Amino acid sequence: MCRLFALTSKDPVSPMLAIKALDVMKEGHDGSGVGLLLQGLGGPLEEMKDAPILSGIFTEEGIRRLDLFMMEKGFLTKYKITLKLPKEPVKGTPKRDIYLIRAYELPEGWEDLSQEEISQRLMMIRIQIRLMGEEKQDMIVFSFWPDTIMIKEIGDPMTLGTYLDLDRKELHARIIMAQGRQNTNYAINLYACHPFFIRGFCTMTNGENTAFIPIKDFLSTRKFPGYMGYQSDSEVFAHILHYAMAGLDLGIDAYKHIITPLQDEALSSHPDAEFLSHLKKSCRPLIIDGPNCVIGTLPDHSMFMAQDRKKLRPGVVGGKPGMFAFSSEICGLDAVIPDRDKTKDIQPMHIDTAIVSPDRQEVKICRQTEALNLPL
Amino acid sequence: MSSNRSLEPSALSLNDLPWQIRYNNDRCTLCGQCTAVCPVKAIELKVYRKRKIKTSVKKDQQHTNQYDTFYGIQQKTRVENACIGCAMCTMVCPNDAIAPVKNPGLDRLKFHINQQGVPRRRGGRRNSSESVLDQIKFTRISMLTDPALDAGRHEFEVKTLLGRVLSPEDSMKQLKEKGWMPPVREIYPLIIGGMSFGALSPTMWEGLQMGVAYLNEEMGMPVRMCTGEGGCPPRLLRSKFLKYVILQIASGYFGWDEIIHAIPHMKEDPCAIEIKYGQGAKPGDGGLLMWHKVNKLISAIRGVPQGISLPSPPTHQTQYSIEESVAKMILSMSMAWGFRVPVYPKISASSTSLAVLNNLTRNEFAGGLAIDGEDGGTGAAYTVSMDHMGHPIASCIRDNYLNLARIGKQNEIPIFAGGGIGKNGNLAANAAALIMLGASGVQTGKYVMQAAAGCVGTEEDRCNVCNVGICPKGITSQDPRLYRRLDPEDVARRIVDLYLSFDTELKKIMAPLGRSTSLPIGMSDALGISDKAAAERLSIKYVV
Repeated sequence: MCRLFALTSKDPVSPMLAIKALDVMKEGHDGSGVGLLLQGLGGPLEEMKDAPILSGIFTEEGIRRLDLFMMEKGFLTKYKITLKLPKEPVKGTPKRDIYLIRAYELPEGWEDLSQEEISQRLMMIRIQIRLMGEEKQDMIVFSFWPDTIMIKEIGDPMTLGTYLDLDRKELHARIIMAQGRQNTNYAINLYACHPFFIRGFCTMTNGENTAFIPIKDFLSTRKFPGYMGYQSDSEVFAHILHYAMAGLDLGIDAYKHIITPLQDEALSSHPDAEFLSHLKKSCRPLIIDGPNCVIGTLPDHSMFMAQDRKKLRPGVVGGKPGMFAFSSEICGLDAVIPDRDKTKDIQPMHIDTAIVSPDRQEVKICRQTEALNLPL
Repeated sequence: MSSNRSLEPSALSLNDLPWQIRYNNDRCTLCGQCTAVCPVKAIELKVYRKRKIKTSVKKDQQHTNQYDTFYGIQQKTRVENACIGCAMCTMVCPNDAIAPVKNPGLDRLKFHINQQGVPRRRGGRRNSSESVLDQIKFTRISMLTDPALDAGRHEFEVKTLLGRVLSPEDSMKQLKEKGWMPPVREIYPLIIGGMSFGALSPTMWEGLQMGVAYLNEEMGMPVRMCTGEGGCPPRLLRSKFLKYVILQIASGYFGWDEIIHAIPHMKEDPCAIEIKYGQGAKPGDGGLLMWHKVNKLISAIRGVPQGISLPSPPTHQTQYSIEESVAKMILSMSMAWGFRVPVYPKISASSTSLAVLNNLTRNEFAGGLAIDGEDGGTGAAYTVSMDHMGHPIASCIRDNYLNLARIGKQNEIPIFAGGGIGKNGNLAANAAALIMLGASGVQTGKYVMQAAAGCVGTEEDRCNVCNVGICPKGITSQDPRLYRRLDPEDVARRIVDLYLSFDTELKKIMAPLGRSTSLPIGMSDALGISDKAAAERLSIKYVV
């Protein structure tokens, strides 16, 4: 089972904090890979909040093709972070030419576009680069989004963190999501590494998604080009989140009603029973069957954790005003925020969504039995 | 016959018959119960003559004959009296002296059941035990990567939807605008398929209804039963139990005068309306209730004269185009109940099923599609239709589901599969396989008759006389002397047994696959089969 750790902090902190948490939870993952999401960036990128940042791994040839492609689209490089690698590669990690983190100036003529249109175009460009890269095996792209960096690689998280020198100031961030991978399939595809990102929504999950095929079939026929990939059965959690909030205009309080709807009496006695009954029926193919612990972030930088219907996976949320962490295990939390009030740690149960809003003052528990904020 | 006499072409010997009576004279008490109970009068009391020759070796002593008689049971060999293998004789024999045995060779009867130019008609099934569904295995077992669930202790939701389910976007839009939401029923995924009042005896029907009511009211299982094309008893139409009933309308419209007139008096809406366009057992042929079974009660409920055969037309009379037939009928039926009741067509599995489905996707009032495969049962049909017409259910369901999935409507039009589910006794496994191939639920009739009422029919052409009202178990007879053999209370109890055990078995399949909170519709990654061509055809894994 993979180990997850997510951090939301008032001030930018080093990604190595999250890597450290993964390291103390090492008994639970096999060091076969790590995935990182960094948002709310500090450092120079803080000044370029609107500039989309392309994160990925490229070969020399790939970067040449990328530059041509981006130039053609009218994107100019605004800033780049170069990860200088030691000459000696680490054991178990493939040798890569370039780990790319590059912020772009938006092309001319995009200023007047709506936010929705810009988002759509950025997503389409990411998909295009991905498809180009898959064709020639020279580009892997994780995200192309403002204020967002993603790094994924095969290997032990702590070793890779040191190897890639992730402690540098440019990478400090307010939102960090990290996953230590437990590899269950031998041919590791980096597109199968968590976290998964789509238009500002990001999730990572542990556990196996037994209802993957029907969910995938449903999402991939929503006529939304971003619902693709699915190298991992967990990618659907990010897409369902996006579909619920961006597609159906629902709040995070409704997410769990889609993936793990209430049953029978709990449903009929709910204040929004009629709405939820319709939602459950129309979103029936999106019901997950666990065992899964989902940790995610939203475009407004809220962070949440939700469990499957039977709460078969561990997960704990704790912290102090200004800094909260979401962790698979308490030892991960202890390693990063040891001075918190531990009596206030929360392990969300089967009907709970634990949410820390962007003000980072408290953990709010949203129970499925409570009334919803509906856009009706 | 004598050896020097001419032979009728249809004069058969015991060896020509499919079922042969093995009779043990030593054990027989000549009580006569077997000859009385035999539904086809295949056996009779016979006086046998026996001659003993006593030869002598002495010159002065003549050889003599000694004549004797004894009594025993003889099997008749006339076509109309050919043993059907029902084994009621065995059941009533106090001394285990008699039993039918299947002729291990090829019988000749088949060539002669067309006397007076009438081809064989019968009830029952296709009489083939082959089953792709039985070959499908559930191979995606949760092991260490995710824990298998506990079928006995974890929380399960074994329910499905019947009715037009809006897409999430349309659902949100209608909720925002307070628009019309199509009626959708949450039901148990095993439906008792349409067996009409008339095809079934009153005691059988009553037993089924009682069992269904008990499952709903006492066990909390939303089980539904379809009436078939034979109307519905007036008291049931006016009772609160109507909500557990799917009313079927078919091309003969039998009983619908009564139903329409009862609408203003209905306390509850029916669960749904099924418009039957085809039946898997006899695709392209209409319903048939033979005159033997049209007695006073049946004629009253169906609104027809007594003692006449009731063949429904093969198609609805309004059907000169699919739009007219399907769209208008669905709309009319929806309107009759104020758009509060789901309406869906039932068709025979066919290579043209996709066309029907595509039509339904564009009809916002279509509440689903029931597809009945070649292994479906019937109360009466021509043997040629049953044996040779039709399409297997597995690939038809799969094609239809994948077609819906391609256009993203796999949740909007629930498909229900019928025809041969559990025909070899594997009800839950067959149902689960079809659900994972894409069915939202299954319909079954024959299994219910076998399990809940002891129908003796098998896939070996056993019994199969449902059509002429002589059902030895009283399940499909309108003769009180026969149907009194069946106690409705016992049928109801067995229905409950059947559903509870099915429920446990289904959970025993779902739990190891890591599924419990929703029915694994379309979870085809869980399926495997050792037949490569079948695996390819069904888009499931080939496993050896």
